[in-house]
Amino acid sequence: MTTEVSAAEEFVPPSAPDFWQPLVGDGAFALTRTMVVMVLVSIGLAVAMMAMTRRLSVVPGRGQFRLEGVYGLVRNSIGRDIIGSAHFKPYIPLLFTLFTLILVNNLMGIIPPVQFPTMSRIGFPLALALGVYLVYLVAGVRRRGLGGFLKNLVPSGLPLFVVPVVFLLELVTFLITRPVTLTLRLFGNMFAGHILLLLFALGGEYFLLHGEGLLRVISIPAFAMFMLFTAFEILIAFLQAYVFILLASIYIAEVYADDH
Amino acid sequence: MGTIDNAAGVLAAEGGEGGFWQDAYPVIPHPGELIVGIISFAVLYFVYKRFVVPRLEAMLAERQRTIEGGIERAEAMQAEAKAALEQYRAQLAEARNEAAQIRDAARAEGQQIIEELRAQAQEESARIVARGEEQIAAARQQVVNELRGQIGTLAVDLAGRVVGESLADDARRQGTVDRFLDQLDGMSATDGRGGAVTVPGGNR
Repeated sequence: MTTEVSAAEEFVPPSAPDFWQPLVGDGAFALTRTMVVMVLVSIGLAVAMMAMTRRLSVVPGRGQFRLEGVYGLVRNSIGRDIIGSAHFKPYIPLLFTLFTLILVNNLMGIIPPVQFPTMSRIGFPLALALGVYLVYLVAGVRRRGLGGFLKNLVPSGLPLFVVPVVFLLELVTFLITRPVTLTLRLFGNMFAGHILLLLFALGGEYFLLHGEGLLRVISIPAFAMFMLFTAFEILIAFLQAYVFILLASIYIAEVYADDH
Repeated sequence: MGTIDNAAGVLAAEGGEGGFWQDAYPVIPHPGELIVGIISFAVLYFVYKRFVVPRLEAMLAERQRTIEGGIERAEAMQAEAKAALEQYRAQLAEARNEAAQIRDAARAEGQQIIEELRAQAQEESARIVARGEEQIAAARQQVVNELRGQIGTLAVDLAGRVVGESLADDARRQGTVDRFLDQLDGMSATDGRGGAVTVPGGNR
């Protein structure tokens, strides 16, 4: 990232190409930095979770207490309260996977030495959104049958001439809008957050190294903003993970809602 | 905002240099990343579904059972304690009752014993007094009888010595002796003192 800046006298602001970081090869199947992070985070989570759940006791220790805090948030505050206590159990693994995977990957955006959010590459949020998409569509069709599922898209009691319009809108919402917004929301937040961090870091660096006289002082507020936004990113990391599973739960809950 | 426009400009300007993926719009998913994302997600989901979540759920269920069992046990123990307390209270009341009864009985018995002893003592004392009186009366009678005999003889003897033989054959003088004795009788009867029956010439 910094090579361009130190080479050129003119300031080059961070942009989309900064997010393309192939490690091995090039092209559609190049091994990129985010792939490595994603795989390492997944393995790390799997290993850590297996280790933490090896010896669970009825009276929790400190580590288990924290794990239970996160698990309880996903299981009770989101899964049970939104999907409903009758149906939420089968979806706990999905929600818990999504939450931990997104949260840790997002935190990778500020944790050295990675400091690059995996979810700022749209392929990863898309993969997660596709998982949710698949689950709520399959659950909906399985519960009502294909006909019932489609019929259920339109609320009953509408005037006949409105029905086709509403049906189309709802179908588009179900099939396109939801997975796309789910993907874009997570991607956009992490992408924009990283751009901001890059901008403050690179800007501060530019003023410090290439600034004339008093301009160098401007690097101080720039770095201060960098730190502030780094702290802010922690909040965003958590919030986006939370929002993602919140929406996933709402989409799943609709399968079990008998009325609109 | 200016920098972002600038960034877009730079992006457009550098279009020819890097490969397609460097300059591709960031909303176009990179196939490799998408595949890695799906696989990572699927594998982690499998691990969670197969191991992590069932373990956590089992622990939560066991905790629930433990808590419910604990509550049940506590309730049972409380009920037991309550029953024991009732029993103790009943026993205590019974014991108190019994003690009061025993006390009353003892008091009554003591009273009775006292009454009996008092009656017995009174009887005894009455008996003693009666016997004493009897003895006194008997002794007096004895003394009176003795004295009567002796005084008669003594008086006759004394009178004989004083008046000589004339006393024996004179019937008139016989009457005098009888009258004197009767007087003596009357005296002893009035003052009741046997010892006071002194002979006028007692100091011989």
